[in-house]
Amino acid sequence: MNDNTSMETLHFDFEGARARPSFVPILVGVVGSGNLEVLIEPSQHPRCRIDITTSARGFGPIWEAVVRDFHRRHGLAGVAVSINDMGATPAVVSLRLDQAVASLPPAQDLQP
Amino acid sequence: MNRSFAESTARERLQYLLDTDSFQEILGPGTRMVSPHLALLGVPSSFDDGVVVGRARLGGQSVLVAAQEGAFMGGGVGEVHGAKLVGLFQRALTEKPAAVLVLAESGGVRLHEANAGLIAVSEVMRALLEVRALGIPVMMLIGGANGCFGGMGLIARCADFVVMSDIGRLSMSGPEVIESSYGVEEFDSRDRALVWRTTGGKHRYLTGDCDVLVDDDIEAFRVAAREALTCHREVTLEALEQEHAMLADRLDRFGQCTDSAQVWQALGIADPRAVPELDARGVRALQTHESELQA
Repeated sequence: MNDNTSMETLHFDFEGARARPSFVPILVGVVGSGNLEVLIEPSQHPRCRIDITTSARGFGPIWEAVVRDFHRRHGLAGVAVSINDMGATPAVVSLRLDQAVASLPPAQDLQP
Repeated sequence: MNRSFAESTARERLQYLLDTDSFQEILGPGTRMVSPHLALLGVPSSFDDGVVVGRARLGGQSVLVAAQEGAFMGGGVGEVHGAKLVGLFQRALTEKPAAVLVLAESGGVRLHEANAGLIAVSEVMRALLEVRALGIPVMMLIGGANGCFGGMGLIARCADFVVMSDIGRLSMSGPEVIESSYGVEEFDSRDRALVWRTTGGKHRYLTGDCDVLVDDDIEAFRVAAREALTCHREVTLEALEQEHAMLADRLDRFGQCTDSAQVWQALGIADPRAVPELDARGVRALQTHESELQA
């Protein structure tokens, strides 16, 4: 495999505060040009893990800013977010993430 | 409210076509049954490999259903995508649903994994015909912006029943393929009006290759699909010979035509130039002999 043609994978992991009741995995978006798909699944761990596979290499810092913003908005706990990206802009990524969260059952705050 | 079939994703089409909350996905995105080839080529995969399959109800009847996602690699049939279609038809042999529905939107075989895709297309055809031989109707719904071409076009014409919108297209070789093989004088793939009057739903309906022409509205597809649940056509040698005779007759009557409008004229349509401007109802009212034979 040649570095110029391979995809980039990125992983982020956040401390979450708001857990969701059990839910079936949710998929929004499509892996098309300038678009992405977001899969949200319940996770055993109380954290929010985000795994990204993207065809656009070298945008790690921008991804980090986008998913940090996302986590600041929602603070999800106990979920795994998986993304297949085909060059979506940051705004499109944010909208897709919010679209996926909108399909989740309402949050329950974790006991302190 | 009109909900555009063409503008919807494969999952949205299923949501509004089938009975509410009746769809149960098989091999959903959580199973990550993704293409084993795309990542090696540096191309992003999709968690469902571009096709959603499962069981559901339509008008209270149990059906098996597949929906291709045209926005992912043009709905191209790769190894996993094809295997999911084959598996769905093979499941129909034991589950015996009221019908099998395919919401087809595909440019044909996915070129990144073309050998696997070609084999898959032939396996789908074999499984589809086995399902029909059991008396279970197979229905194709075609209304996506990418049309239904290549191997999926062949599969569509193996089915009992074809529903299309005027946005939908159905053919073997796509416009660009014809142009690059035979030149722009033969077929100008950038001439959208030419492309649609040659491969679009209206032409397919008037020549009898499509059974029902509907508006670009998921509810219209739903109504047509529900009414077609009982439309089984026997798979017999006699039916095959009739089909061959029909094709020979078609070549005889229309082989010299250089444009679809000439075909429509030969079919007895008084004002063929007006056809592209008509809506689905207007085209259905034209009722050529061919479209009546199918209906």
